[in-house]
Amino acid sequence: MNLIIILIPLFPLLGFLISGLGYRTVPRKVIAVLSPGMVLFSFILSVILFITIQQSATALTCTLFSWIRIGPLDIPFSFLADPLSCLMLLVVTGVGFVIHVYSVGYMKEDAGFNRFFSYMNLFVFSMLLLVMGANYPVMFIGWEGVGLCSYLLIGFWFKNHDYNNAAKKAFIMNRIGDLGFLMGMFLIYTTFSTLNYQDVFSQARGMSFGNPAVVAITLLLFVGAVGKSAQIPLYTWLPDAMAGPTPVSALIHAATMVTAGVYMVARSNILYVLSPATMAIMGITGLATALFAASIAIFQNDIKKILAYSTISQLGYMFVGLSVGAFTGAMFHLTTHAFFKALLFLGAGSVIHALRGEQDIRKMGGLKKAMPKTYWTFLVATIAIAGIPPFSGFFSKDEILARTFEFQPAIWALAVAGSLMTAFYMFRLLYLTFFSEFRGTESQKHHLHESPAVMTIPLIILALLAAFGGFINLPGLFGGDSGLSRFLAPVFADAGKVMEHEAPLSHGTEWMLMGITLAGVLAMVAWAWFRFVKKRHGLLPDEAPRPFVVKLVANKFYIDELYRAIIEKPLLRLSEILHEYVERRFIDRIVNGLGSMVVWTGNTVRYIQTGNVGFYMFIMILGIILILFFNILI
Amino acid sequence: MSSLTTIPIHYYLVFCSVLFCIGVLGVLIKRNALLILMSIELMINSINLLLAAFSAYTNDPAGQIFVFFIMVVAAAEVAIGLAIVVLIYRTTHSIDINVLNKLKW
Repeated sequence: MNLIIILIPLFPLLGFLISGLGYRTVPRKVIAVLSPGMVLFSFILSVILFITIQQSATALTCTLFSWIRIGPLDIPFSFLADPLSCLMLLVVTGVGFVIHVYSVGYMKEDAGFNRFFSYMNLFVFSMLLLVMGANYPVMFIGWEGVGLCSYLLIGFWFKNHDYNNAAKKAFIMNRIGDLGFLMGMFLIYTTFSTLNYQDVFSQARGMSFGNPAVVAITLLLFVGAVGKSAQIPLYTWLPDAMAGPTPVSALIHAATMVTAGVYMVARSNILYVLSPATMAIMGITGLATALFAASIAIFQNDIKKILAYSTISQLGYMFVGLSVGAFTGAMFHLTTHAFFKALLFLGAGSVIHALRGEQDIRKMGGLKKAMPKTYWTFLVATIAIAGIPPFSGFFSKDEILARTFEFQPAIWALAVAGSLMTAFYMFRLLYLTFFSEFRGTESQKHHLHESPAVMTIPLIILALLAAFGGFINLPGLFGGDSGLSRFLAPVFADAGKVMEHEAPLSHGTEWMLMGITLAGVLAMVAWAWFRFVKKRHGLLPDEAPRPFVVKLVANKFYIDELYRAIIEKPLLRLSEILHEYVERRFIDRIVNGLGSMVVWTGNTVRYIQTGNVGFYMFIMILGIILILFFNILI
Repeated sequence: MSSLTTIPIHYYLVFCSVLFCIGVLGVLIKRNALLILMSIELMINSINLLLAAFSAYTNDPAGQIFVFFIMVVAAAEVAIGLAIVVLIYRTTHSIDINVLNKLKW
């Protein structure tokens, strides 16, 4: 079993080494088979591991070697295979494999084909380290590794200056979060004297509710999650990250990396349930992000930007779920979100591919006939994300919503408002892209085509998952057995004991809540159809005069501009001042002064060297006499 | 041997110091390269004498062996020194060391 655990991350690493080291020599055809193949191997092994874990219902720890050992600090390089990491393994390798296959078609004509796949494999490797690590430092390696891959892949087309800036922005924003994570780890070590999950959590069980050290730890770790999972106020990097190739957006910025924060919180669930302050902050942040990003998405016109804001919004939902203790719900939504959001991005990629790089939905339309497979799969994903039963998004979102209602009906109302917005902007996207008639140029229209099978088959696989993925955790209400909840129960058992439980909702209330949500969602779908298909709204150019509120939202609330004004500009000004006054007028003068002093001294003293040998001797003897004299004195 | 031991050691010390100082003064004052070389010899010999005196005084022959070595080295040194003086004379037609002041500043 240990061998399987070790091999899972090793395969993508091997793929990275082969395609990375041989990116000039190994032919594309080999890479096109090898890279997805490596991820497929990992996926198969993950399935085996999953079955084993499910049957034995135990957690396996596999220590490779002792990594850091200084005095009492002992950090082994070890992997943990428990239900939670198994679920993540399946999502990462499964969705990762599908996206790898899709990329083979999408990146076919790109000059950096081999480089792309080496980065992708490195990403999968890092992500596997992140989810498999049995202690925080190993998770941190993965955490940094995925950040690096994200940077490399956002700036994949590095000849474009804007793309490079987007990559740097993502990296720096993540760095802020990483600092929080790092400090959280230090604090964990000073509090618990260990960094292994099992030791930390077993010690935490004995701690009091609201222990200040635990509150501080969880807050710092949450800062890390905010950076990685693009929550307010660090979310601005994710929309810009759409500069990368579309499969990257699907894999890294929708399905896996951005959910690392959710995974980390779910992993540290016992710490979080002990600190109500952090839970409250997390809930507010998540809810605010969910609503804020959803409202921005309504007025975006770039197909990938809409999906990016949608991702931010859905991640907000996951954090809301975590904050009310619905850890299973959050992980469930993470899983279904990975399916349908990856599908949406890949569908968008297929559209962009057909339109030769066009991303503005105002210049699309009517693609239903030209690209039937893309249309149908995209429709499935849209229904899933909007939360219409029996598609996956409905069940996962409903589970979170039900738990928020138990916790506080006001939060539930806001969350429902967010999911109505989600339904609206997603169907707006669908209608503008695939309905009516084509609005692009003639040459684009001529070029319109369905993507090749290597791209559509992944779409179909993901569409099946997005459609039926909800059944892995079918609630009792529908006659299901909540399979995922039972599977994950051991991981969240202790957290469940700490959380005070309100009486579970009666079936009648649940039906009512579901009915309200569903009616609202369907109304939104109809309204979107009325506006964008019947009335043909939403096609105005950016310059068109619009009401103030619309303009504000369409410009993303000017958050980027705000950050520029309050952080970037003062920082730049401060650097200029420091450069002028500290660097040039102070430090430079000291250094230059030292130099000129040496030159001046040399110029003055050199006249002693007269060339007169007698004089030298005199000085020499004088020196010896002086030395002897002082020697006697002392 | 007996006359050596009967004279107290500090007589030798004073004598050798005077001899050494004469050598030093010669080196400092004289401008003639040959005389400077001779002054250096004077210093070396004052040291040799002192070594021999202490050797006899402490009944340790090692000091006298040192003297032999120093004499050999001094002879070699003088040979080189004289060769340099000859070369200086050939180039400058003088053995005045104050002429040799080209290497300055």
